Amino acid sequence: MELVSPGIGLIFWMTLSFAILLWILAKFAWKPILKALKDRENTIEHSLLAAVQVDEKMKALESEYEELLSQAKDERDEILQEARTIKNSIIDEAGKKASEEADRILESAKESIHNEKKAVMTGLKNQLAQLSIDIAEKLLREELSKTENQKELVKKLINEARLN
Amino acid sequence: MKTGRDINNRHLGNIFAIIMMLFLIPFAGISNGDDHSQPQHITNDQQPEDWEEIVLEEEYKAGRMIIEHIIDAHEWHILSIGEKHVAIPLPVILVYEGKLYTFISGKFNHGHDAYKGFKVETAYGSTKGKIVRVKDGTMETDTASSLPLDLSITKNVLSVFFSLIILSVIFISVARSYKKRAGKAPKGLQSFLEPVILFIRDLAISSIGEKKYEKFIPYLLTLFFFILFNNLFGLFPFFPGGANVTGNIAVTLVMAVFTFIITSINGNKNYWKHIFNTPGVPWWLKFPLPLMLVIELMGVLTKPFVLMIRLFANITAGHIIVLGFISLIFIFGHLHVGLGYSVSLVSVFFAVFIGMLELLVAFIQAYVFTLLSAIFFGMATEEHH
Repeated sequence: MELVSPGIGLIFWMTLSFAILLWILAKFAWKPILKALKDRENTIEHSLLAAVQVDEKMKALESEYEELLSQAKDERDEILQEARTIKNSIIDEAGKKASEEADRILESAKESIHNEKKAVMTGLKNQLAQLSIDIAEKLLREELSKTENQKELVKKLINEARLN
Repeated sequence: MKTGRDINNRHLGNIFAIIMMLFLIPFAGISNGDDHSQPQHITNDQQPEDWEEIVLEEEYKAGRMIIEHIIDAHEWHILSIGEKHVAIPLPVILVYEGKLYTFISGKFNHGHDAYKGFKVETAYGSTKGKIVRVKDGTMETDTASSLPLDLSITKNVLSVFFSLIILSVIFISVARSYKKRAGKAPKGLQSFLEPVILFIRDLAISSIGEKKYEKFIPYLLTLFFFILFNNLFGLFPFFPGGANVTGNIAVTLVMAVFTFIITSINGNKNYWKHIFNTPGVPWWLKFPLPLMLVIELMGVLTKPFVLMIRLFANITAGHIIVLGFISLIFIFGHLHVGLGYSVSLVSVFFAVFIGMLELLVAFIQAYVFTLLSAIFFGMATEEHH
């Protein structure tokens, strides 16, 4: 029966054709096609990997940036704080110095006033003493110009000496 | 392995039905040697060999028409108008008694004439449709002489050549566009075929394994596209389609043998050990009677045999059913013209339905043949674990 008995001629030609087709397609079609597909798959995989890596890098950069930013903020705050304390301390010190100076000036003024006063007093005393001496001298001269007064004085002095 | 077995089961009933059908066809279809341009009247001395001769007499013989459509031929019949046959004559190449005979099949005059001592056998029997030797100067078959070695370019051979050229052109151009458009997205035919190529590649990876599939992938791709192309072209009813290539047992035989040879060549130690010294079975199954060996060897041969039958039967069955529905129109038309017209509505509807089913079968059978081949390669190269 023709239907289920394979013909020799067809087997021969089919084997030949199929082998040739297999060879042609394997060499000129499947090899480049499969290579291209594999290359493309590799490219896609690499690209995806690279994208993930870039993403990670971006994230790292971002966090680094944020860290830097917060660091900068901290630093700024610190600097401001420092400046503030410095300012305060400067003001304080200046105030203190000013009051000290004022005190010192006041003190020295007081002292010089005191000294002046002393000097004035001394001068005054000296003058007063001179004046008293002069007056006494004049008085004595007047008293002793008369003889009886001289005699009385001597007497008195002798009396006083006897008492002792 | 599971998928393969499932598919086997699914098709088993199908195949069985078709094989039963094949046994019935010769009784129904092949007539006893008259040729249909000269209808014969039954006479007493001539015993018709099939019932159709009696029932339909000089009328339309569906079985014969169907068989003529699905078997190979030495000419490519396109159409007949009345008694005139329009057919493309094909080269006949014969080797007979060490001599080479080449001529065009047109010399046979559609089976009416003999040429150089040869003719196309029209009589019912094992040689029907083949080229046989005639007795000198007559049209009588020389039964005493042997059959010539027939290497003719028949309808199916021409179809195979045709698919060889078309497939080469398609895939080389696709390969070229891969080179030209390297690193770019696929376009046109390339993007149409790429998913299919990837599908076959994934199929090969899953059944053979990531490590070894690359060796087999060119064969599997060629096999798939050859079967698919010829399945689809066989469904197309006009020249150059319509040849029943994948529904021819010689074609499926060659592909099954290719799979068998590749499986056997690549079979590793583990594979052959399973055949010759199956592990895990009691010793008395191997000695003194090597039952396991016989069973395993049968299994080895059954696999390609089933591949061959499955594809052949599925495709042939589809063609037979479609042709059967079309034949119904003419059978009823011979009884009554009006009946023929009304039946044609039903017939065409069913023929279209089966045609769609066949379209599906064209893909499924190409897939199944490729999948099973891949599974056999996977079994042959499987490492022991």
